[in-house]
Amino acid sequence: MNYELFTQLLVNGLIVGTLYGVVAMCFVLIYKSTQVVNFAQGEFLLIGAWVCWAFLVEYQLPFWIGFPLTLVFMLAFGVLLQVVVLRPMIGEPIISVIMLTIGLSITFQALMNWMFGVFAKPFPQVFETETITLFGLNIQTAYIMSLVISVVIMIGFYYFFKYSKMGLAMRATAFDQQVAQSLGISVKSVFAMAWAISAMVSAIAGVVVGMVNGVSQALATIGIKVFPAVILGGLDSIVGAIVGGITIGVLENMAEFADSQWLHVGNLYTIAPFYVLIIILMIKPYGLFGTKDIERI
Amino acid sequence: MAGHNQMKCGQFRTTYQQDNTIFPTPLARGVAIGSVIFLLFAPLFAGPYFLNLSIQIGYYAIAALGLNILVGFTGQISLGHSAFFGFGAFASAWINNTTGIPVFFAIPLAGFMTLAVGMIVGIPAGRIKGLYLAIATLASQFILEDFFSRAEWFTGGIYGAMANPVSIFGYTFDSDQSFFYIVLFWLVVSYVLGANLMRTRDGRAFVAVRDHYLSAEIMGINLTKYRVMSFGVSSFFAGIGGALFGHYLGFVSAEGFTILLSIQFLAMIIIGGLGSVMGSLMGCIFMVLLPELMEFGSSGLKEIFPALDHGMTYLKEMSIGIAIILFLIFEPDGLAHRWKMTKSYWKLYPFSY
Repeated sequence: MNYELFTQLLVNGLIVGTLYGVVAMCFVLIYKSTQVVNFAQGEFLLIGAWVCWAFLVEYQLPFWIGFPLTLVFMLAFGVLLQVVVLRPMIGEPIISVIMLTIGLSITFQALMNWMFGVFAKPFPQVFETETITLFGLNIQTAYIMSLVISVVIMIGFYYFFKYSKMGLAMRATAFDQQVAQSLGISVKSVFAMAWAISAMVSAIAGVVVGMVNGVSQALATIGIKVFPAVILGGLDSIVGAIVGGITIGVLENMAEFADSQWLHVGNLYTIAPFYVLIIILMIKPYGLFGTKDIERI
Repeated sequence: MAGHNQMKCGQFRTTYQQDNTIFPTPLARGVAIGSVIFLLFAPLFAGPYFLNLSIQIGYYAIAALGLNILVGFTGQISLGHSAFFGFGAFASAWINNTTGIPVFFAIPLAGFMTLAVGMIVGIPAGRIKGLYLAIATLASQFILEDFFSRAEWFTGGIYGAMANPVSIFGYTFDSDQSFFYIVLFWLVVSYVLGANLMRTRDGRAFVAVRDHYLSAEIMGINLTKYRVMSFGVSSFFAGIGGALFGHYLGFVSAEGFTILLSIQFLAMIIIGGLGSVMGSLMGCIFMVLLPELMEFGSSGLKEIFPALDHGMTYLKEMSIGIAIILFLIFEPDGLAHRWKMTKSYWKLYPFSY
């Protein structure tokens, strides 16, 4: 057994996993507060990364202007999407809502491919990237940066929902919409906020991935990797999303390790999370931390 | 249903048999039979372009009907329909290539093989529903896609599989004109089967599961049985459609059956109308003609906007998404409902009440 490769892949898994955790958190945020399953989560990353890329490369803006502008754009985009497209769907059956987000997903993906091309384009160098050696492992500083940003986002989410007025309003809405409304919370603005925050944070994740791997269509696949993560953690649990994300990230890399060392089937890296997904759905459909649906007749 | 109170003057239904016919009125039956007879003569005067389009509509419509039975009638969401479509294509080619059974008989056999696979994939459906099922079928789409590129004994791996043209008793259907009849035959058989299924006990059980699964279970409907069965029936039609697709193209490659095709199937039934047999066909016609119409419409604009030329593939993809979104927001009941409204409008014209 190759221990060096093992630890390297384990560390990779943890780093990618926290990133999945962040995206899964955005997904759960939307699901929890608006009961919409967002199949277009990966496209948020894609749009965020491409918009930031356009600001930095096409318009030659410095990073400290271009990045906040991207966030402002994503905020407007999220609110607009919720108001124009998703508000008419409130109260529609679940298949309509799912299909709507799938429709959004293919529309945006095709639009981005058309505007920016299908090939990966490198992100302009924002931070110095070098390879440092930590406990005998070679780690790129870009990866460490991605890990730090992910953890900062997670802590930010924690404080937002624990202490800020908007965060508390969102939690109240998720708990019971009617009671929240009668206490003077504007459910409409909470819905719009949920989409805006989710789009913004996804864009940050997109930019981070873009800095490491370059911006390309492949970013959107993270939106699909999110499903195993959220199902494992439970669809409406923020903690579950983080745990699920890290687990799937590690599992993916362990599958890669097992594949390269013993199995030699190839492509296990991309397909293993989906086998896990089906197994979880069979034995524990509401995930580790999710709440079970109880229906009355 | 809405159709009942807008029946034509002079038509009365006095027995349950009369209320449960396949076609609501003798006129509708006449039109259906008439259009089939018309299509029988169509290859004699239709050009190759029209034939190609109608064959495409034919095999996609069979698969879309299967998906509508699953999604529209049983209320189970599936994001993995194109994997079954692809499985049917590979299975038919494989049966024909390895055992030498004529393609004509290999097509229904492939349908039954796909039925078995669909029931295996449908097993999780016994336990989960709604959104969770959608995600499970999404996973099975990826797993089956991976299987296609891996199983070389079955699919030829990355190289794909050759599919012989349809032949029986020494006669080969290798031209578009003759293949049109094969597709037409299966289309009519499938739609008659599909429409009839909804008149049986099983069909009504599907609808009961969709409308309220707990009440259905209390009434004595075995939920697991009907959910898995619905997956089986749906896969059977997908398999038939896929087999026709494979033998029409003559070559089956694993790349063709992606999630995008699954979404296109879903778009067909949503645009046509969930829970409507004829809606599947209407939605399918819409989805096949949409890119053609866009190509046609943009040919004039190309001189003015040269960017349209290389953006056409993306525009077509976008049009699928935009069509889904617009239909869901403005006409969630689909084209079938719109057609019904148009008919009742003219029936009552000029007094719309």
